[in-house]
Amino acid sequence: MRSRWANKATVLHVGVIAVLFALQFVLPEYHHVNLARVMVLASFAMGYNIAFGYTGLLSLGHAMFFAAGLYAAGLMAQFAGVSAAGGLLLGVAAGLALAAAVGCLALRTTGVSFMIVTLMFAQAAFLATFYFGEYTRGDEGFVIPSHLRHLFGLFLAEPATRYFVALSLFALCLAISFAVARSSMGRVLAAIRENEERTRMLGYNVFLYKLVALTISGAMSGLVGAAYGMLFGYVGATFASIQYSIFPLLWVLMGGAATVLGPFVGTLLMFYLVDISSGFTSANMLIVGLALIGLILFFPKGILGSLRERAAPWLP
Amino acid sequence: MAAMTLLSTENLSKQFGGLRAVDSVSFTFLEGEIRALIGPNGAGKTTFVNLLSGRIPPTEGRVVFAGEDVTRLPAHARVNRGIAYTFQITSVFAGMSAMDNVKLSAQRRLSKGLFGPDPALLERVALSALERVGLAARRDEIAGNLSYGHQRLLEVAMGLGLDPKLLILDEPTQGLSDEEIAVFVTLVKEIAQNASILLIEHNMDVVMGLAHTITVLDRGRILAQGTPDEIRRNEAVRRAYLGK
Repeated sequence: MRSRWANKATVLHVGVIAVLFALQFVLPEYHHVNLARVMVLASFAMGYNIAFGYTGLLSLGHAMFFAAGLYAAGLMAQFAGVSAAGGLLLGVAAGLALAAAVGCLALRTTGVSFMIVTLMFAQAAFLATFYFGEYTRGDEGFVIPSHLRHLFGLFLAEPATRYFVALSLFALCLAISFAVARSSMGRVLAAIRENEERTRMLGYNVFLYKLVALTISGAMSGLVGAAYGMLFGYVGATFASIQYSIFPLLWVLMGGAATVLGPFVGTLLMFYLVDISSGFTSANMLIVGLALIGLILFFPKGILGSLRERAAPWLP
Repeated sequence: MAAMTLLSTENLSKQFGGLRAVDSVSFTFLEGEIRALIGPNGAGKTTFVNLLSGRIPPTEGRVVFAGEDVTRLPAHARVNRGIAYTFQITSVFAGMSAMDNVKLSAQRRLSKGLFGPDPALLERVALSALERVGLAARRDEIAGNLSYGHQRLLEVAMGLGLDPKLLILDEPTQGLSDEEIAVFVTLVKEIAQNASILLIEHNMDVVMGLAHTITVLDRGRILAQGTPDEIRRNEAVRRAYLGK
């Protein structure tokens, strides 16, 4: 029974990637760009989901990991002429190192204190982008020179390439989430989320597991940050602001925390909700707010979380 | 006696503000024993076993387990040395299947290196723990949906999954029916063939039926220690339970 479920889940996730691959040939240009952006942002949400969804670490500071990757790639391109491949590696390294360092301190706290501590670190990182305004140009930001936006000879600003790279990034993050969810480590993370003290009394070093989960989450966020910079060419302080810590939380909540595809569903819906509603009214955030209230009323575990609970228990 | 000392404490104490919950307890526990720890409410029983399992640090004193001073070891490291603790308040992972609960307890010791345990081996070990407590048929049920008695048995199965040297059972029969208690007593006797057991228990029938030795705690100190018959006849124990 288990293995059939596993196959069903594998087919679904490979199928989603196949559909996204096929869509690029039929989508009009406007939605083509949007979907590439959604896939990149959903990858960020998937990174966030490892910490928040699977481990129960409600971080309010993931913008700092995204920005660490973004600035690592952006600044090294700007001042050292590092191109995309190096930039992506630097992004992973920056996200990973920052998450490990912040984790060592922030994970000494739990619950609300953890939220506040991560928020403070993220605010410090945000302000640092202004403090070093000479290099980062703060709010205004800077554009990554287009001759450096090449990956293995592919020009990333070219729409078809950008879509393909975004899809590859998305597939990679999906595979990581899937592997974590299915692994024996994933089971320990879920146990920590449910009952930390009981998990400790089964002989697990809970702190270490949380640190590893946060570091994987930070490394993924850093990778996505670097990719975002390289794909869309712009680096600015907005990406380090509190907004970009809240977004992944909302996307994951909307799609379903601790589901592999939930972050993508949430990101896609929220993106188009904002996009479509702003075509009708300038009070579009009101519509987004109402949608969120409806979500909490009817899908308290997010769309895929509720679906799993009611109809599809095999969803990872 | 030929048996080896498995666990001992020296002058173990725990101070909570003005209260000395555990007061200079020196205690020796032999390998293969079933030991009952009894005492009136507030005697410090749970605090004492929390000091043994490392859930709280002692104010003074030492804990020695299997020849090693474990006083400074964190709880999870003590579990890895072989001290398992089952909770007084049932705390299985309510959202997971019974099988996953037991897998969690067994997978750490079966893991070699980074990639976790062999799934088939883990499945076998977890299933055998469920069989021993009689829950194999309910392996796929969500733990939170099991009856209270079954959740308590699942707790024990999780203890077995750890393959402990010492299994600490904190009021395991609380809230169980007479039939469930009878099943439980048989189970503990069976477990005791491979592990030593320290039992905190209020049900005197269970205590008298299972324990080789009984230690009585009162106001944080050891009041008496001996065989069930000796404890039954002990004047000081009667006074502590019935009042002066």
